Amino acid sequence: MRYGDKVAVDRLSLTVERGTITAVLGPNGAGKTTTLETAEGYRPPQAGTVRVLGLDPVRDRRALLPRIGVMLQGGGAWSGVRADEMLRHISRLHAHPLDLAALSERLGLGECGRTPYRRLSGGQQQRLGLAMAIVGRPEIVFVDEPTAGMDPAARRTTWGLLEELRGSGVTVVLTTHYMEEAERLADRIHIIDRGRLIASGTPLELTRGGAAATIRLVVTRPFPPDAPTSLRRALGEGVEVTLLDELSIVVTGPADASSLAIVSRWCEDNDVLPESLTLGQRTLEDVFLELTGRELSV
Amino acid sequence: MSDRGLDKLDRRMDLSPRPGAAPFLRMVAAQAVMEARLMLRNGEQLLLAVVIPVIVLIGGVRAADHVDLGLSHRPVDVLTPGVLALAVMSTAFTSLAIATGFERRYGVIKRLGSSPLPRSGLLAGKVGGLLVVEVLQLAVISVVGLLLGWDPANAFLGCALAVVLGTGAFAALGLFVAGVLRAEATLAAANLIYLLLLTAGAVVLPSSSYGGFGPVTEWLPSGALGGAMRHACLDGGVAWRDLGVLVLWGALGTALTARTFRWE
Repeated sequence: MRYGDKVAVDRLSLTVERGTITAVLGPNGAGKTTTLETAEGYRPPQAGTVRVLGLDPVRDRRALLPRIGVMLQGGGAWSGVRADEMLRHISRLHAHPLDLAALSERLGLGECGRTPYRRLSGGQQQRLGLAMAIVGRPEIVFVDEPTAGMDPAARRTTWGLLEELRGSGVTVVLTTHYMEEAERLADRIHIIDRGRLIASGTPLELTRGGAAATIRLVVTRPFPPDAPTSLRRALGEGVEVTLLDELSIVVTGPADASSLAIVSRWCEDNDVLPESLTLGQRTLEDVFLELTGRELSV
Repeated sequence: MSDRGLDKLDRRMDLSPRPGAAPFLRMVAAQAVMEARLMLRNGEQLLLAVVIPVIVLIGGVRAADHVDLGLSHRPVDVLTPGVLALAVMSTAFTSLAIATGFERRYGVIKRLGSSPLPRSGLLAGKVGGLLVVEVLQLAVISVVGLLLGWDPANAFLGCALAVVLGTGAFAALGLFVAGVLRAEATLAAANLIYLLLLTAGAVVLPSSSYGGFGPVTEWLPSGALGGAMRHACLDGGVAWRDLGVLVLWGALGTALTARTFRWE
């Protein structure tokens, strides 16, 4: 997929299994939305093939649309429409919609039902968007950054609802740039960057491969130029030291409490003042970092 | 938003898939009702739809008492069908274009594009919404006209055809404008075109009032709609030529819209 000269999604190939939650994870501008909108039939692919429920999203649009639910990244309602009115309208386009009162209550939309869309908070607009996506009882829901702008409570509700959808046999495809969202929800994660698929797997598969743990060191003043080399020498064989920026270093490898002690002693010897020094299991963030040399959420 | 409100999970929903589109006509009806409600809720649109036509009608009839407009019939009998045509034009063209421009901006059309409502249903719903609003407009303006002494011929068929074909022509042109311009540009262009057609398009006044420019106005959608309404209300006939012009404009607008309209 191209926009002008820019290639947004390039030779991306992925398959989603029914009744699972699949996360498409990547930084902003990675091509997540373009990928999703190609599956939703908004854009015909310039090359390659897309099939959703065995149908061509562009050619068989009419047959496919009732069977999918779509949550856009933003907007999607008249500015003057009331929240409950908008949801009712979308429900009337479906043959067997969900019970509106139950759905609104479930998503905490009861209190703002009479509020015009333009006066809803960002999180309320998101929840209304999710309600509109699932009200028609679809087989697949595509949700684009479902919890962006939500407070933690609303995020938990949304996650719970997406899990319940999966439990009811609905296939969920979501994009996110939040690792914890992908890790907690997804059965399968596809990490994409610059329009290309760079890794796929279950959260466990992705985080288990390679190093067991990471140490992250953030300092108050820029590191001396030879810091990565000297720290690597201090830690010995089998570890990798990556300078993220002038104030942070990540150590990956068989890191444990003793390597933490070595890093701490190295700081003391080199007159480096740590702002934070943390030991953690390998996260999707680390996976992304290893694959691209960049951080996921900047 | 309290945590307790959100975690109230006592009402379990059956979320299992049960997809299906509502019957086509029910979707179109839902869309038409929604469009009409939103149009009637919007103050600026109401101004355009009712207030301005009523002012034009009253002002025109009063002015004709003092200035000779060179009309062949009583001023109120000429002006009322013209103002009815103006009302149709304001709703089917200007209001529709502005509303659709902002629907594109706010992603409403995109959102509806992933609902079971097909594009043909969206268009049919929009036309239905327009007709609902127009019936209300025409009722208000007709009552004002009657209070001013309007004495229409038995004009139902001619008026109905003119309103339907005029709506089709102006709606197609309005969608064309909304489909190629940004929302703000649509707002400006739709209002500007409305003003130009109001003053120079032979919608309120007959083409004979425009001197040498008159024959040109008969080929404009505004002149054709105004002419068809006047013909029906003054003579009780059907102005086939004017209706033909409206059909041509409708076909042109539809072809342009089909080629250029972008849903986002």
